[in-house]
Amino acid sequence: MISSILMIVRRSLRLHRLSSTITVISIALSAGLAMAVFSISAQSSRAFGGGKGGWDAVMGAPGSDTQLVLNTIYHLQTSPGNIPWSMYQELLHGEELSKFVKLAVPYAVGDNHKGYRIVGTTPELFTEFEYTTGKKYELVPNQVFDPLKGEAIIGATVARELGMQRGDKFKPMHGVIESSAAEIHDILYVVISVMKPTNTPADKVIWIPIEGIFRMPGHEFGAKGAKKEAGLGVEVPDEFKEVSAVMIKTTSPFAGFGLQSLVNREYPGVKVAWPVASTMAKLIKDLGWVNKVLEAVAYMVVVVAGCSLLASLYNTMNERRREFAILRALGARKQTVFAVIVAEATTIAFLGALLGFGVYFGILAIAAEAVQSMTGVVLDLWLVHPSLYWTPLGMLVVGALAGLLPAFKAYSTDVAGNLTR
Amino acid sequence: MGLLELRNVKKIYRTPEGELQTVLDLESFHLDAGEQVGLAGTSGSGKTTFLNVVAGILRADEGEVIFDGEDLALMSEGGRDLVRAQSMGYVFQTFNLLDGYSALENVILGMVFGPGADREYAQTLLEELGLGHRLHHRPSQMSIGQQQRVAVARALANRPKLVLADEPTGNLDPTHAAEALALLRDGCRKQGAALLLVSHDQDVLSGFERVESFTEINRAGRAAGGAS
Repeated sequence: MISSILMIVRRSLRLHRLSSTITVISIALSAGLAMAVFSISAQSSRAFGGGKGGWDAVMGAPGSDTQLVLNTIYHLQTSPGNIPWSMYQELLHGEELSKFVKLAVPYAVGDNHKGYRIVGTTPELFTEFEYTTGKKYELVPNQVFDPLKGEAIIGATVARELGMQRGDKFKPMHGVIESSAAEIHDILYVVISVMKPTNTPADKVIWIPIEGIFRMPGHEFGAKGAKKEAGLGVEVPDEFKEVSAVMIKTTSPFAGFGLQSLVNREYPGVKVAWPVASTMAKLIKDLGWVNKVLEAVAYMVVVVAGCSLLASLYNTMNERRREFAILRALGARKQTVFAVIVAEATTIAFLGALLGFGVYFGILAIAAEAVQSMTGVVLDLWLVHPSLYWTPLGMLVVGALAGLLPAFKAYSTDVAGNLTR
Repeated sequence: MGLLELRNVKKIYRTPEGELQTVLDLESFHLDAGEQVGLAGTSGSGKTTFLNVVAGILRADEGEVIFDGEDLALMSEGGRDLVRAQSMGYVFQTFNLLDGYSALENVILGMVFGPGADREYAQTLLEELGLGHRLHHRPSQMSIGQQQRVAVARALANRPKLVLADEPTGNLDPTHAAEALALLRDGCRKQGAALLLVSHDQDVLSGFERVESFTEINRAGRAAGGAS
């Protein structure tokens, strides 16, 4: 009996191929969209929520923790302000603070090259820091810049997108975004190594020695009225030096809490955002309503697809009354005719869900490209998110439900009346 | 041996105006296994309703419809469907072939709800009816005469005990009508199936040894002209 039902379904799909194809496409679009929304949402939350390893805390100017983390971890937005170089020294050597700190690396931002941020830092970023547990940045060739030379290390995305390689030279532009009106600093940097891809925001950064920032013509340092202008061969005294932030690995989770409490209470003009992961998690949570709206849209799209399937099938029921009457006259039971229509609706939903995987990969590929170029975070096309099996299964259920009303109409066909039509 | 026995069978419809109208009122009718009977009747005399009651498509409101020892009037709709699928074939005036299916598939449809699909047998039937070269053609790609031969093959596909034929030559020219009728009668004979054929065409009925006047046996038709 199942084989005869399948034969009837196959013939019906062939006979109504145009409306069936359109319905399959509409279901594929909705299934693909739903899978993409859930998968991207989950992957983004995980990527921005922080993984194992990386920095524990960030010290920066007072302001929002989110802005501080976005600016230093994700290299997005502008810096909330600068903090004195002395605070970095305090973290390294100060009696009160150094006991909390396992590693401290300063960041100085404010320049770019063709839209890619330039970040001044110290060699420890490459020699000591593990961006994920047990993994340091790998350089090709394995050469870290000399702190006192005009040398640069470029991220993998920068190298790929700008076609840059070891030996290339560039002049930094003032500002974190490219602008035709921005000042070009009159100093030449040479690329000495390229980072291997890390699939993190670090891939889209150009790293130079922080001393280079302090000696770059056009930069000005100092606060409270006293200013010192940087220049080639000019050494800015430590009391004028400023950094955008200091990235911190703490000695323990308790140390992070202690450091944050102490700094935020006792050191005016600076703050510590800790823990970094929960700062982003809070942001994701605050933006959770966006996800909810997207998910609601995805659900609605699925319902609309189900309705279009119902309408498409229901519209053919009148012209198919004679077909059902003939099948009944040949001995098909009412339940068989009912099952034929439900099976037809489920088959259309199945084909749509199958094609939906193509739509899903298409959307994810485009989204992954956009997210990577904006944030450096890489979405995994091959990650098996639960939505990849729940959505197709859900589609089958929606398809079967959409088939119920037309199936009932077919079930109720007046056999004798329609045989003589 | 009696294959079909009808006693005091009535079929009553409700008209759009709400009145009850008896379209079938039959005191008795019988048909032996393998017998071929022609039923003569004018249009609107209730012949199609009679065939639909015998086929179990309609349930008799009163009386007994004994087919192969079982009373169809007492059976559920599903039970009657099963009897029809396993033991009856039906040839219609308008053929009632399904357009989306090939000739072969149409014949297979005559089996799937009863004994099950037997592709080889379906093909043999079509070849015996001279349609071996049209197996994969759809009804719309065939002549009227060829379509009726496919309908005959479908009616014989489940190796029925009884074939019902409702004006099977009504849409055919005389040459094709005679040919289709001969194929139908021969096919029934070969399979040992009884044939109950209704027609208003005396040329068609003249070949039958037993011809009944439906107007005579249907008291409702005599009284009110009936309904088809």
